Amino acid sequence: MIVELGHYALVLAFALALIQFLIPFSGARLNDPALMRVARPSAIAQFSFVSFSYAALTYAHVVSDFSVVNVIENSHSLKPMIYKISGVWGNHEGSMLLWVLTLSFCGGLIALFSSNIPKKLCADALSVQGLIGAAFLLFILLTSNPFARVYPAPWEGRDLNPILQDPGLAIHPPMLYLGYVGYSIVFSFAAAAMIGGRIDAVWARIVRPWALFAWIALTLGIAMGSYWAYYTLGWGGFWFWDPVENASLMPWIAGAALLHSVVVMEKREALKVWTIFLSILAFSLSLLGTFLVRSGVLTSVHAFASDPERGVFILAILIFFIGGALSLFAMRAGALPLGGVFAPISREGALVVNNLLLCASCATVVIGTLYPLLLESLTGEKISVGAPFFNIVLIPIALPLAFLMPIGQMLAWKRGDLAAALMRLRFAFIIGVTAAAFFGVVYGAPLLSIFTAGLALYLIVGSFGDIVRRVVSGGMTARTFLSRLGGLPSSAWGATIAHSGLGLSLLGLAATGWGVESIVAMLPSKAYDVGPYQMVIEEISPREGPNYSEIFAVMSVQRQGVSIARIEPAKRFYPARKMARSEAGIVTLGLGQLYAAIGESHPDGTIDARLYYKPMVTLIWIGAVIMAIGGLLSLADRRLRVGAAARRAPLSSLQGQPR
Amino acid sequence: MTRKGKRMTLIVCALAIIGVAVALILFALRDNIVFFYTPSELAKKQASFGVRLRIGGLVKEGSVVKNDGRDVRFIITDRNKDLEIAYTGLLPDLFREGQGVVVDGVLEDSGKLRADSVLAKHDERYMPRDVADALKKQGVWQGEKK
Repeated sequence: MIVELGHYALVLAFALALIQFLIPFSGARLNDPALMRVARPSAIAQFSFVSFSYAALTYAHVVSDFSVVNVIENSHSLKPMIYKISGVWGNHEGSMLLWVLTLSFCGGLIALFSSNIPKKLCADALSVQGLIGAAFLLFILLTSNPFARVYPAPWEGRDLNPILQDPGLAIHPPMLYLGYVGYSIVFSFAAAAMIGGRIDAVWARIVRPWALFAWIALTLGIAMGSYWAYYTLGWGGFWFWDPVENASLMPWIAGAALLHSVVVMEKREALKVWTIFLSILAFSLSLLGTFLVRSGVLTSVHAFASDPERGVFILAILIFFIGGALSLFAMRAGALPLGGVFAPISREGALVVNNLLLCASCATVVIGTLYPLLLESLTGEKISVGAPFFNIVLIPIALPLAFLMPIGQMLAWKRGDLAAALMRLRFAFIIGVTAAAFFGVVYGAPLLSIFTAGLALYLIVGSFGDIVRRVVSGGMTARTFLSRLGGLPSSAWGATIAHSGLGLSLLGLAATGWGVESIVAMLPSKAYDVGPYQMVIEEISPREGPNYSEIFAVMSVQRQGVSIARIEPAKRFYPARKMARSEAGIVTLGLGQLYAAIGESHPDGTIDARLYYKPMVTLIWIGAVIMAIGGLLSLADRRLRVGAAARRAPLSSLQGQPR
Repeated sequence: MTRKGKRMTLIVCALAIIGVAVALILFALRDNIVFFYTPSELAKKQASFGVRLRIGGLVKEGSVVKNDGRDVRFIITDRNKDLEIAYTGLLPDLFREGQGVVVDGVLEDSGKLRADSVLAKHDERYMPRDVADALKKQGVWQGEKK
């Protein structure tokens, strides 16, 4: 019964989404405030109904209701509770429902935090949001119904894919979707601005927190997914340039470009056309990612099932929204007055260069991801474009970007002084060169790692240059220092922290060049060298888990004969799906990690093992978390905060009466 | 700087970055893409030695020979042509005789493929699409067992 109610709630949510699209839209055209006011309650109602529907599906999974096809195919009565709950999105239907839940959540957020934005803009944005919701709800109802029943119900389910049975499943997909779908808010506002024809600094100020919000969630979601792949696949890799990973990287890069261009639009009323274009692009790339992952064009652990009907449906949604937004853009962009042309050496000039470099990187990822698909559909030739392609193309674009970041931050708006900026950064240059020399002596080749590590330290230190410039001056007292420090807006800290986070990630990436990998057939009680450490197997034995059985090895990690840690890599077997999976043993020593995965055991008593020493590897993810913290600091800035703005004059009054 | 000069600087800057990116992409696409073949397609193409390839097919029954735990030799077949593979390293958890695999490696002048990675299918409902397509082409596809 609850399952049927869930299905019914989904149908009602579809109807509400249509109302949310049609009524406020007509209201905005007819200038009827009563009709426009329908937008907010209908968005909140749509979110409530989708939430109910989602809760109903979760209920079916929790009580192991095996009369529901989705539960049979992805659950098992013995599965631990955390995977019964998070396993709801571990399949095609459930993950689409989570997508729509996130989308309606974003609609609800706009409704809640829009009391002080122009009425018409709000109505139009929620109306576009409603249309996107309606399209995806229809997709679920017609092609991917998660509530389908089966009779007779089997006694036991087929269990969830073991690779997904990991705590990462509880965090990675919701976080990633919040980022992906968060860009729908920016997209809706861009479409609304184009429909209403008012594109100005007020718009930029409204959109900036949402662009930050989506970017923070996407950063954390990608970092989480990468760490999950790292510890669960047993290969020691954290990024495989798999099209599915690229699908999340594309909107992330476009979103990072948007974060920077929207600042220029807010501060200088310039780059308007470009910012609107990036707003459309970020969500378009999210939609493209959804298409690549959910349509079955790609095979991966993320693509749960392939069904041509679904692929065509998502492609139609994709073409409708991207095509629609771009046509609207083409109609409106020409009519926009050109913003002021500004000096190349200035903050805004630097931000333009940042945007060019980011867009060039984004384009390479798009080309590298789509080229094999296009080539195959046109010529039937199958190719794979992997790490070598992306390394050759992206490194020469990304490293100059890292070099320019602190310099751009040091330039003033309107007219910057390049020589003075470089002069102020001399300390960072010295640190970078010294660090490169240090790493060269300690770790040695490859040269690229030494160079990148030096650049990373320059970036970390240089990011603080802007703060130092604002706070420190010759002959100041401790009191002026402290009061200036306290007076800094948190968005200044945000940019600094986020940039230095990127520097930390870059250092972690550079250090991958110094890692050690060793594949050995290990004999128990014999020590094997891995970098500066040794590993010894003390014991190999079997063990039973709730829905799997495993063979685990107890390995002791030693340095100069002294045991400093113990790890337990294991190989698990899941009988319900007859699948095996490795569970890596990882120990963090300082910033680096030792990583072990075991394979087959042999009759002579040896066991295959992959052993890795990865210096500074944790910085890759720590850096990402710090980037997100930087984003949060910017979001917390009083001048930007959506809720806090109510204490000041409403934004709409800044530009006279709302139209 | 004049207004025109500023605009020109911007355009030149943009063109330079786009130009460099396009050059990099073209350069990388020429040398860093890997073609996927089945053993039969490989026999027809007469690929030159030293080229990076990706081969998909089934592991031939009884062909897997392991020395020393780490050096493995096996044959990939599409039931029409065979190809010998030499690999050093750990085989994936799901590597079994008669199952679909995809290997990446370099063709040696002995006609063998020196593989540096071996991928096996992930679960019984899912096989690398390349392998499934190759098997369908050869007519030995057994369908997706429910």
